[in-house]
Amino acid sequence: MSASLSPALLLIFGSLLAAVMRGRIRSAWLLLLPVAGFVWLAAIPAGEYGHLAYLGLDIVPVRVDRWSRLFGLVFLLAALLSTIYALHVKDWVQPVAGLGYAGAAVGAVLAGDLITLFVFWELTAVSSVFLIWQRRTTRAYQAGLRYLLVQLLSGVLLLIAAAVWFRQTGSIRFDHVGLETSAGWLMFIAFGMKCAFPLLHNWLQDAYPEATEAGTVFLSAFTTKLAVYALARGFSGTEHLIWIGAIMTAFPIFYAVIENDLRRVLAYSLNNQLGFMVVGIGVGTELALNGTAAHAFAHILYKALLFMSMGAVLLRTGTVNGTDLGGLYKSMPWTTGFCIVGAASISAFPLFSGFVSKSLILTAVAAEGHLWIWLILLFASAGVFHHSGIKIPYFAFFAHDSGKRCKEAPMNMLVAMGITAALCIGIGVYPASLYALLPFKVDFEPYTAWHVLSQLQLLMFSALAFSVLMWYRIYPPEMHAVNLDSDWLYRRLGYALTRGMTTAFIGLRSRVSARAAAALGFAVRRIYLHHGPEGVLARAWPTGSMVLWVAILLASYLAIYYL
Amino acid sequence: MASDQSGKDYWLDRKENVARVYRGVWIACALLFLVEPLVHKHPEFAIDSSFGFYGWYGFACCVGLVLTAKVLRILVKRPDDYYER
Repeated sequence: MSASLSPALLLIFGSLLAAVMRGRIRSAWLLLLPVAGFVWLAAIPAGEYGHLAYLGLDIVPVRVDRWSRLFGLVFLLAALLSTIYALHVKDWVQPVAGLGYAGAAVGAVLAGDLITLFVFWELTAVSSVFLIWQRRTTRAYQAGLRYLLVQLLSGVLLLIAAAVWFRQTGSIRFDHVGLETSAGWLMFIAFGMKCAFPLLHNWLQDAYPEATEAGTVFLSAFTTKLAVYALARGFSGTEHLIWIGAIMTAFPIFYAVIENDLRRVLAYSLNNQLGFMVVGIGVGTELALNGTAAHAFAHILYKALLFMSMGAVLLRTGTVNGTDLGGLYKSMPWTTGFCIVGAASISAFPLFSGFVSKSLILTAVAAEGHLWIWLILLFASAGVFHHSGIKIPYFAFFAHDSGKRCKEAPMNMLVAMGITAALCIGIGVYPASLYALLPFKVDFEPYTAWHVLSQLQLLMFSALAFSVLMWYRIYPPEMHAVNLDSDWLYRRLGYALTRGMTTAFIGLRSRVSARAAAALGFAVRRIYLHHGPEGVLARAWPTGSMVLWVAILLASYLAIYYL
Repeated sequence: MASDQSGKDYWLDRKENVARVYRGVWIACALLFLVEPLVHKHPEFAIDSSFGFYGWYGFACCVGLVLTAKVLRILVKRPDDYYER
């Protein structure tokens, strides 16, 4: 087996080939690609493959170790599930872009050097934007453009960082980077943009809910988890990440409570879940890093499942606004059930996947004595149950009956959701299966009576809070609205500043040119006065006056001479 | 009796059943407090060794979250077509 067969290239070129296929052959081919990639990556021994020396740079296109294998495998699994979910889609762009995007993400986690990482990093941006544009609305088109700009900017920063890193260290290998150098900081910001750090986050909530039903499922899996992987590889133990992650877990949930678009609610909760992983990276102990890796794995599955259920609702009813939904459990019982499994998993209910992965991070944070961070993470855990665990299923499927009666989701969507739900429960019931894949040896038992009870107390009392607030009608009702977030800075303020500056510049330019024209006109008129046909200096002078002037000049000269 | 357009009855369509669910949540919470003394604790900090910490903290967090979010909404809410104008 060689690197030329790497699942990254297999998926990228294989998906391009699918563009010319039709019908069942295309479906079979699309399903085969991630399966083949998965088998390849599961079977190949750890090591580095396909070394290339290019312009004095040591390129390592494929590096398989426990980190990259774990992320690569879950990416390929997500690619397969998303492809099943998208099988009903008639257009070829979505599955091709989706699998190409998955391939690029796998290529990036397998990259052993910064140049390869950069190439796949940018490829994830370019391929994934089509999943947004395929929605074919003006909103989606504009959101896609903004998404692309942010993603490409992150890539450009990464390239600059790689160049500076090469100058500073003489190597382009991608291992621990740290924040001791300027290159480290640049790379940190590049990764942070993709990882949706606070204030760099809003591309996520802006773009993901505008994508197609299947597009959002693809999108939710790869870009941000690639960034988590890159941070774990380059910045583990960087203390800044503990606070950055804690803020990420906390602030998006306030927005999630008041957001109406349920896929945008999920995008905010995605941001919150990334925060847990980032805290784990910041703590940097083996337990914490195991927690990050496990949580990324579990999160990709349950988040995909939640986006799948909302995508099915969008497909069948044409909306995912909380205001317009309710009572759908009557029409879509299977989708409702799968959504609840996803909701229980993200909320970390015992026997569901989130419980066995998030416990690792919380325990690791407590083990290092970070009380405040631990309290914030606990708050965020209660909050995520509140908005993802309860709000999503409640407003979509229960609440006030909207009177909408539709068909159950298509069979391929149900199959994709069914498998994903089974995996979420499987990991929760049998955590050893996930723990065996983690980067470090796991010595942790999630199912102690105390763990289970404390988690159940946290969740049930959160549910009680929701019930009480609903019962007494204190809970903020869903409403059609846009909630300002940091994208306001470039969508409104930046736009207004640019427009204001343009207007001011145009005004200034016209005033300056008017003044210049006036001054020039004045000069021309003066010259014309003296040199024009009637001008003093252009006149033919009589010889007599000439002689007179010469005589005056000579006389004054004589006078001055004798003085 | 509430019924669907298709004529099918749904358990949750009845008001008294919703009230049952509401009471059920209260009972579940009470039970979780009651069994706490029976469980061997291994708390992370001093604060979570106190009785019912996870329960009241979760409740307080969620109420605080929702009330803060209501204030946040006053500050950040704009019409649906805000960015299209």
